[in-house]
Amino acid sequence: MSEKSENLVEIRHLKEYFNVNVGFFRSKPLKAVDDVSFSIKKGETLGLVGESGCGKTTVGRTILNLYKPTSGEIIYDGKPIKTKNDIREFRKKATMVFQDPYSSLNPRMTVSDIIAEPLDIHKMSPSKEARRERILELMGYVGLNSEHASRYAHEFSGGQRQRIGIARALAIDPEFIVCDEPVSALDVSIQAQVINMFDELQEKLGLTYLFIAHDLLVVRHISDRIAVMYLGKMVELADAKEIYDHPQHPYSKSLLSAVPVPDPKTARSNKRIVLSGDIPSPLNAPSGCPFRTRCAHATKKCAESMPELKEISSGHFAACHIL
Amino acid sequence: MDKKAFSAHVDMEDFIPATDKEKEYMVSMRPSTTFFKDGIKRLKKNKVAVVSFFVILIITLSAIFVPMFWPYSYDQMLGMMPGQPVDNSFLNLTPFKYGKSELSRIEAGEHIVPHIFGTDSQGRDYFIRVVYGTRISLAVGFFASIIVLIIGLTVGSVSGYAGGKTDLIIMRIVDMIYSLPDMLMVILLASVLKLVLENALEGTVLSKIGSNIISLFVVFGLLYWVSMARLIRGQILSLKEQEYVLAARAAGAGGKWVIFKHLIPNCFSVIIISTALQIPSAIFTESYLSFLGLGVNAPMPSLGSLASDALNGLTSYPYRLVIPAIVISLIVLSLNLFGDGLRDAFDPKLNS
Ligand SMILES: Nc1ncnc2c1ncn2[C@@H]1O[C@H](COP(=O)(O)OP(=O)(O)OP(=O)(O)O)[C@@H](O)[C@H]1O
Ligand code: SF4
Ligand SMILES: [Mg+2]
Repeated sequence: MSEKSENLVEIRHLKEYFNVNVGFFRSKPLKAVDDVSFSIKKGETLGLVGESGCGKTTVGRTILNLYKPTSGEIIYDGKPIKTKNDIREFRKKATMVFQDPYSSLNPRMTVSDIIAEPLDIHKMSPSKEARRERILELMGYVGLNSEHASRYAHEFSGGQRQRIGIARALAIDPEFIVCDEPVSALDVSIQAQVINMFDELQEKLGLTYLFIAHDLLVVRHISDRIAVMYLGKMVELADAKEIYDHPQHPYSKSLLSAVPVPDPKTARSNKRIVLSGDIPSPLNAPSGCPFRTRCAHATKKCAESMPELKEISSGHFAACHIL
Repeated sequence: MDKKAFSAHVDMEDFIPATDKEKEYMVSMRPSTTFFKDGIKRLKKNKVAVVSFFVILIITLSAIFVPMFWPYSYDQMLGMMPGQPVDNSFLNLTPFKYGKSELSRIEAGEHIVPHIFGTDSQGRDYFIRVVYGTRISLAVGFFASIIVLIIGLTVGSVSGYAGGKTDLIIMRIVDMIYSLPDMLMVILLASVLKLVLENALEGTVLSKIGSNIISLFVVFGLLYWVSMARLIRGQILSLKEQEYVLAARAAGAGGKWVIFKHLIPNCFSVIIISTALQIPSAIFTESYLSFLGLGVNAPMPSLGSLASDALNGLTSYPYRLVIPAIVISLIVLSLNLFGDGLRDAFDPKLNS
C-alpha cells in the first residue's frame, strides 16, 4: 500500500475508442488508445514518445477526462476519478499545456484574461487586485513582461504564446500537468529555452509531468522515465537512461537509432535501423503485435497473439515475444 | 581613421553597447490593437461602405424624426374638416400644389408647408406617407432580423455544440424547412395567420400594429432562421475543435462558459454581418407581402403597400410608384453594400 500512495497518477487498462463513420450509417471503433497502464510518481516526469498518430495526445486528454474513457481506471492520489464531483475536484489539480500554440489561445481574449481564465472559472480570486497580482506573478514565472498583459495573443511569437499557455496551466497551482508536445511547434533554439523553463518550474513548484513528444531527444533531457507507444499500445517503459543505453523493444531500437548523436564516432558505429513501410492505420491494426508489419524479427507467433507487457529487468517493461 | 572602400576593416563604433534608452526603443511593440479596431479601420477605407452607411443613417434618422415635426400625419385626409363638406381640391394633388383652403391661407400671408410629393387619392400628404412607410419597413426589417438572429443563434449553437444525435435531428428539421418553397409558405402562412390572429387580437394593444405585421414576424420566426442556424452551427462546429476550448474544459468550464466566452465572441463578426445582410431581405419580403395585400393594415403605410396602392393611378401618377420603389431600392442596396463592406473588413477569410 505504501508504494501505491507515492504514485500521483495511475492509469489501469485505459482504452479510448472513437467511433468513426465508415460509409453511410456504419461506424467502426478506432482504437486510439488500447489497454495502456502506467503510473507516475509525485514529482516525477514521465516522457511519452511515439510517432505521429500513435495516440499520445489521446492518452493525455483521456487522463484529464477531456475524453470519457471507453474503459479502464484513472486513479489520482490514490482515489479513482469516476463521478462528476471527482472530475470537478480533479480539474483544480491537473491541467494541460497544448500542442499548438496558435489554436490554444483564444484570439478574442487579452493575455491577462487567458491566463486568469482557470481562476475565473473556479472563482478563485477574491478581488480584482488579487487577480491582477496573481496574473503578474504567473507572467513572471514564465518570463513574460507585465506590459504584455493587455495585449492579444496574435501579437506574440510562437514561443511567447507557448509561455502564455504555460502560465494559464499554472494559474490554479496544479500538482500535475500533461504537456502535450509543448515544444514541437517551436524553433529548435526556442525549444531548449522552453524545456529548461519546464524543468525550473518543476523544481520550484514541485510539479509532476506527463511529457509528450514525438522525438526522443526532446524528452531525454527532462524525463525520469520514458514510455514508448506504438499504434495505441505501450511497447516499452523504463528509466530514461536505461532506455537510451539498452533499448529492448525492436521499435524503441529503431526510434533511438534515428536520434542524431553529437559524437561522430559513436554515430558511425551505430547502425541506423530504417523502418520499412508506413505506420498502419489504427482503423485496421494488424492482428497480434501491432508492430509486426514493420518488425525485422517478426515470427508466426507475433501475428497470432499480442505480447504482454512484462518486466524484463527491474523497472524495465517491454511488450515483445522475443524478449 | 580613413576607411578604404571595400576594405574589411571593422568600424568599432558599430559595436558600442546600446544605451538603455535605445534598448527601450527596440522592445516597444506596435500599439495594441484589438480585432474590433482593426476592422473599423479597414471599414473606413472602404468608400462604398462608408457612403452606404451614411445613406442608411440619413434614411433611418429621417424616418424616425421627420414624422415628429411634420405638420401633416400619415392618416390625415386634408380635405376633411370636421363640420365641413369634403374639399375635393385636396385629392390627387401633384407635387408642390395646394388645396383650395390652403391657397386662400397663403394669400392671407400664412406659410404653408408644401406637399413635396403631392397627395394621394384620399387627400393624404404623400411625402409623410412615404417617410412613415419607410419607418414601418425599417422597423419590420430590423425586428424580423432580430427574431431570426435570436432563433438562429440559439438553435445553431445548441446544435453545433451538442453534436451527435441532437445535431442530426435539428439539422434534418432545418433541411426540411429549407427545402420548402419559401414564397409560397410565406403567403400561405400569412393568409392563414391573418384569419386566426384577427379575432385573437381584437381589443388588445397589438391590434393596432395589425395582425398582418405580427403574422409577418411569425413567418420570419418560423422560416427564415434556418440559414442563420446553419451558418452559426458551422462556425461553432469548427470553433469547438479549437484547443482553447479544450483548455477551458480542462480548467473545468461548463457548456455555458464555453459558449459565451469562446464560441460566440469568435463568431461575432459572422453574426453581425449576416444580420446586416438579413435586414434588407426582410424589408424586401415585407414589401412584396404588402404589395400583395398581406402586409400592414390600412391606413398604415409601408413602402410595399404604397407601391401597391399606386398601381391604381399608374398612368396619371407614375411617381407614386416610383418614389417608394426608389426608397426600397436605396435601402436594400445600401444595406447590402454596407453588409458586404462589414464582411470584408471583419472577416477577410470569408471573402474569397
Ligand atoms: N476526436 C477524435 N475522433 C476520431 N478519431 C480521433 C480523434 N482524436 C484522435 N483520433 C485518432 O486517434 C489516433 C491517435 O491520435 P492522437 O492525436 O492521439 O495522436 P498523437 O500521437 O497525439 O499524434 P501527433 O504526434 O500527430 O499529435 C489518430 O489516428 C487520430 O486520427
Ligand atoms: S512481438 Fe514480434 S513483431 Fe512485435 S516487436 Fe516483438 S518480434 Fe517484432
Ligand atoms: Mg498529439
